[in-house]
Amino acid sequence: MLFAISKRLLMLVPVLIGITMISFLLLQIMPGDPASRAMGTRASPEELQAMRELWGLGKPLWVQYLYFLRDCLTGSFGVSIFHKQPIIDLVAERLPFTLAIVGYSTVIALLIALPFAILAAANRGRMLDNVVRQIFVVVVAMPPFWLCYVLILWLALRMGWFATGGVGDGFLANIGRLFLPSLVVGLSTAALIQQSLRAALIDTMKADYIDTARAKGLRGHEVFLRHILPNSLISTISIIGVRVSWIIGGTVVVEKIFSVPGLGSLLIDAIVSRDLPVIRGLTVFFAIMVVIVNLITDICYALADPRVRLE
Amino acid sequence: MSLLSVRDLVTEFQSPSGTARAVDGVSFDVNPGEIFGIVGESGCGKSATCRSILRLFGGASAQVASGQIMLKETGDLARMHERELAQVRGRDVAFIFQDPLSALNPTMRIGKQIGEVIRRHRKASRAEAREAALQLLRDVHVTSPERRLDAYPHELSGGLRQRVVIAMALALRPRLIIADEPTTALDVTVQDQILRLLKERRDSLGTSIILVTHDLGVVSQICDRMAVMYAGRVVETGAVRDVLDAPSHPYTQALLAALPGQVSRDSQLIPIKGAPPSLIDPPAGCRFAPRCALAQPQCAIGAAPGLHSRPAAAEGHFDACILNEVSHAAA
Ligand SMILES: Nc1ncnc2c1ncn2[C@@H]1O[C@H](COP(=O)(O)OP(=O)(O)O)[C@@H](O)[C@H]1O
Ligand SMILES: [Mg+2]
Repeated sequence: MLFAISKRLLMLVPVLIGITMISFLLLQIMPGDPASRAMGTRASPEELQAMRELWGLGKPLWVQYLYFLRDCLTGSFGVSIFHKQPIIDLVAERLPFTLAIVGYSTVIALLIALPFAILAAANRGRMLDNVVRQIFVVVVAMPPFWLCYVLILWLALRMGWFATGGVGDGFLANIGRLFLPSLVVGLSTAALIQQSLRAALIDTMKADYIDTARAKGLRGHEVFLRHILPNSLISTISIIGVRVSWIIGGTVVVEKIFSVPGLGSLLIDAIVSRDLPVIRGLTVFFAIMVVIVNLITDICYALADPRVRLE
Repeated sequence: MSLLSVRDLVTEFQSPSGTARAVDGVSFDVNPGEIFGIVGESGCGKSATCRSILRLFGGASAQVASGQIMLKETGDLARMHERELAQVRGRDVAFIFQDPLSALNPTMRIGKQIGEVIRRHRKASRAEAREAALQLLRDVHVTSPERRLDAYPHELSGGLRQRVVIAMALALRPRLIIADEPTTALDVTVQDQILRLLKERRDSLGTSIILVTHDLGVVSQICDRMAVMYAGRVVETGAVRDVLDAPSHPYTQALLAALPGQVSRDSQLIPIKGAPPSLIDPPAGCRFAPRCALAQPQCAIGAAPGLHSRPAAAEGHFDACILNEVSHAAA
């Protein structure tokens, strides 16, 4: 197992080199001069030139790339033009909020999806199954920004149950603060999980070993809890993995509306202020996260299903 | 008195193309300590008959529509509530499925899967159940049983898996074991060992066994009595020697005639000409008539013929041929 994991980590190296190259080159075609952007319009040409020198903007492309690669390898991922801080520090400040939304929304998604998947599978092909399906179609169809505002208007302003946005200090404060943004993200996850879990449950119910379990004399709930549910849940691991990679960089709208200082809003701010190093550094960081989440997903798979081996 | 007495059993499967009467008026008896063979072409309702006894229909929407399944000292299984029937399953009647790989939960260790049936019906701690599972694995001659307890099904060979399934079936010393083609999915060399294991059990504990098989050789070797099924009905039943030596139904005769030479080991059923009818809308009269070399006009009229005995037949030997019935009435 440990050997397989280290092998997988080694295989990351060429992938990461490719990613650094692509993210580096892509941003070369971005219009606008980062130095004048950062200094403002009142900077003198000499000052601008000094800035360009400092960041190596005047050097040949391959030298700039090597600088970037060095920054990635030393772990700083470069220095932000706008914040004048190593990018890794900016990431470290915001990652906890993003990870909190990842975890929180996944828990919410499971709590919502589980009962509805079971309900739908137990009533497959019947009215109830269809109603549940339609509900989730509507949930997926709702645009997140709209859903955010509806929740703010209704649960935060009208009922006063939650804050309209921002984050608090400490774990407990943030359970309330991050509930609405996590709910918005979690609802789409729930729809995905519900659909795949329903299919997996129906599949597993037909398996021969379920007949074996019943032939032992196990009662309905015993068969369900010991055999059907655990084996069906295995198939949702990969869905959750894909969703988690997506959420890490893809909750821009939700973070913005609820003023959560996460990675998504860091990226948007960097794009708006043409903070090239941050965009580049974040792209590489997101890619690394996707690969790590993938690896964790595969490890979970191998742990849950003894037939699966980590390659 | 017989241990299991099935009377006029009707089982229906609902499917998009209609309702199939997979079992249509089946009756047979299984005596204590007897191995009862069921043979017939594939799709004739052997599995459906077995599954009806314990009401195990997998994902299919099927139900026992009518008939009785009397288990001695227990009652009519067909009328029991699911909860009561769950008490009978595994404890009084055990089931062995065809494919031991798919019959075992791929994510659960062998020891736990065996222990589960023990703990369901008996008060036993985890450790006690494990100890019992170990003994069961020894009983079915599994090599290095301690190691197998913690193995997963995919880590075992096909023969070992079927031994595990059998160990599970034997766990509570049931009075009846239903084995639905227990060796079809296995290598020829392993088939013998598995069948010997079942026979051993019957010989030592007097357990009754219903054995579904494609192999007339197996029937002639280890079964005491047998039933031949065709299109959801029993067309001939009796002691194995009587049925195989003096088959009285044309279908049984055709099955035996299709075998090369004597009934021996490996006498797999060779398909006879034509295909069995659909069970959704079966033909009137005798269902074998369209394929029967001896068929007369009256064979294809009226209700499906029931079982009766020919004048010269041995005791307990019945068949469902209209022509035999007519000759019997004339005699
Ligand atoms: N899952 C199912 N869904 C619908 N019909 C079925 C199903 N299983 C069996 N049947 C019906 O029952 C008949 C008998 O099947 P089965 O008992 O499995 O035959 P056998 O075991 O003799 O090969 C089939 O011909 C089919 O019409
Ligand atoms: Mg079958």
